[in-house]
Order: sequence, then C-alpha cells, then structure tokens
Amino acid sequence: MSINATLIGQMITFTLLVWFTMKYVWPPIMQALEERKSKIAEGLAAAEKGQEEIRLAEKKAKKVLKEAKEQASEIVSLAQKRANEVVEESKGNAQKEGERMIQAANAQIEQEMQQARESLRKEVSALALRAAEQILQQEIDKAKHKDIINKASEQLG
Amino acid sequence: MASEGGATGYIVHHLTPLTVGEGFWTLHLDTLFFSALLGGLFVWFFKSQADKATAGVPNLTQNIAEMLVEFVDGQVKDTFHGRSELIAPLGLTIFCWVFLWNFMDLIPVDLLPLIASLMGMEYMRVVPSTDLNATFALSLSVFFLIIFYSVKVKGVFGFAKELTCTPFGPWMMPFNLLLKVVEEIAKPISLGLRLFGNLYAGELIFILIALLPPLMQPLLSFPWAVFHILIITLQAFIFMVLTIVYMSMAHEDH
Repeated sequence: MSINATLIGQMITFTLLVWFTMKYVWPPIMQALEERKSKIAEGLAAAEKGQEEIRLAEKKAKKVLKEAKEQASEIVSLAQKRANEVVEESKGNAQKEGERMIQAANAQIEQEMQQARESLRKEVSALALRAAEQILQQEIDKAKHKDIINKASEQLG
Repeated sequence: MASEGGATGYIVHHLTPLTVGEGFWTLHLDTLFFSALLGGLFVWFFKSQADKATAGVPNLTQNIAEMLVEFVDGQVKDTFHGRSELIAPLGLTIFCWVFLWNFMDLIPVDLLPLIASLMGMEYMRVVPSTDLNATFALSLSVFFLIIFYSVKVKGVFGFAKELTCTPFGPWMMPFNLLLKVVEEIAKPISLGLRLFGNLYAGELIFILIALLPPLMQPLLSFPWAVFHILIITLQAFIFMVLTIVYMSMAHEDH
C-alpha cells in the first residue's frame, strides 16, 4: 500500500478524461437537452393556442349556424306568405273569369233566343199569310188587296 | 491463482498489484490499465451519445446518457450558484469513472486474476479504487482545482486573507492558518481514503467469502453483491457531491 508513480499516471488520465468530457461530451448533450426543452415548451404553447383557436372556431360556427337557421325560417315564412297571396290572387282571377264566362253565355243565349224568335215570327207570318190566302183564294185580288196584306204582315212583324 | 501459504497467501495475493519499476517509480500496471480502460469506456459511450444528441425523441442509450447528465447537472445546480464550465463535466467524469472502478468489484474475484495468470501475469488487482494511488489521484486533482479556483476567484491576497483571518479574525492569525490548512488538507485525504476504505473492505469481504466452502459462497456473496450495488453507487455519488461542494466553496467569495 504505497503511494508511487501510479498516482501521477492516474492524475494524467483523470485530467484527460475531464478535459475530454468538458470539451466534447457535456456541451452537445446539454445543448440537445436545452433544445428539446424549448421544443417541448413551444409544442405545449402551440397546443394551447390550437385549442383556443378550436374554441373560437366552434363559437363562430355556432353563430353562423344560428344565423343561417334564422334566415331559413325567415325565407320559409316569406314563401308561405307569397304562396298564400298567389292562391288568393288566382282565386279572385278564377271567380272573375267564371263571371265573365257566365255573362258571355247569357248574352249568347239571349242572342240565340232573339234569332229563334225572329225566325219563328217569320214562319208564323208566312203560315198566317198562306192560311189567309187559302181561305180567301177566290175573292182577294192580290193587286187589289195589296195594302191589306202589307198591313197584316206589318202587324204580324 | 498462484496461491501459496493458504488463506493468508490467497488474500495477500489478491490484493497485490501487478507492478513494474522500483521505489517511487513503481507503476501499478493493473490499476493504470483498468482505470484507463474504464475511462475509455466512459468517454466512448458519452462521446457517441453526444454525437447523436438531438432535440428529437431520444433512444434508450441516449436516454441513459441524458439521465446521468441531468442528474449531475441537477446536483451542481443545487449546490453551486455561479457559472462554471468545469464543475458539471468534472462531476460527471468523477461519478461515472468512480462508479465503473467500483463496478469491477462485482466481477467474480477470481475470474480476471485467473485469466491474467493464464496470460502469464502473476498478480492482478482489478478494482482501481482499492488502490490508494487511484483514489488519491482523483482527490489530489480535486484539491489542486480547489486551490486553483480559490486563488483565481478570490485572488492570491483574498485567498491568503481567508486562510489567515477566518474564522476568528486577524488577531488569531496563526491559529486560523493552522485550522484552515488542516481543513483544506483534510478534504483530499478524506475523499481519497473514504473511497479507498469502502472498496478495499468490500473487496476483502468478497475474497473472504471466496475462501468459504463452495456451497456456502452464494448464500453470502449474493447478498453482499446486492448490497454492494448500493455501496458502489453511493461512494461514486458521495465523491461527486463532495467535489461539487468543495468546488463551489472555492468559488464563494466572502
């Protein structure tokens, strides 16, 4: 158990090891650790930011949806109103058209009745004349009684 | 295992280093070889991890390296409040190197000496921390660093003032000086002897267990080895923490 030159050799080895560690081992590892630390911090911050953004987006989406729903119901009620109007309008139109058609039919009926009456009168007067002719065949001279015949037909007409 | 002289011879043989040279210029080849080998292992492992170090997801070995680095860094930050490029790497080197030295203790006591004897080497003591030269090399280096940084931070005059005028003021100068010198010298001696003593005793117990009848050995060597896992880590940790404490004391300016 003696102290000897081994001590010096060991001290040299130790110095070399410490120097090497100090120069080539410690700084890169520490740097990597620091970098990772900041990376993790950045990641956490980003995640937090992302969540905040999601929250905002959800809020916005809800708002937009609500607006859209409101608009849609507005549109629907407007359309219903318009449909009611259209129905009312066409009802009115139909009624007017119907009345007009009835009037036209009535007018035509009237006209046809007039025509029938006219032709009937003509036929009746002709018949009456012929009957009268046959009755008075012998006595009545056409030329002589022209006035009477005309008068009668005038009365009949 | 060229054991002669029974149990005592076996024990003495196991604790005798492989040497070259005479007198002070004796070199313990086994201590030098194994500590350099383990130092190389440490440097290789950490250098390869440092080269691969990225801010991305670390793999297993990188995790181990980073855990050790952060562990040492945490210890330094707890104790030392200045800025120093040296203290933390110094602590890491001491912790890992001493741990690896001590770890040699867990290799079966006869295995490496047997291989060495097959290769023609008569003596082989594989645990560098059972060599006072190794532990004192560490603690003396730390001592020199303490002196160096004391002078660097406080100045020659400041350091001299601290040695002579504390704790009892300038009128007790010789007494203060004696007290301070003892205090400073006690640091490396206690550091070196603590590590040496623990590991030497531990190794001795392993050797004693190896002398028992073969069937008895696992009953004792297993619990002792498990206990030693704690001891080797603890001793490495203590050496590192005390180094950090001494270094930060050297940096403190009163």
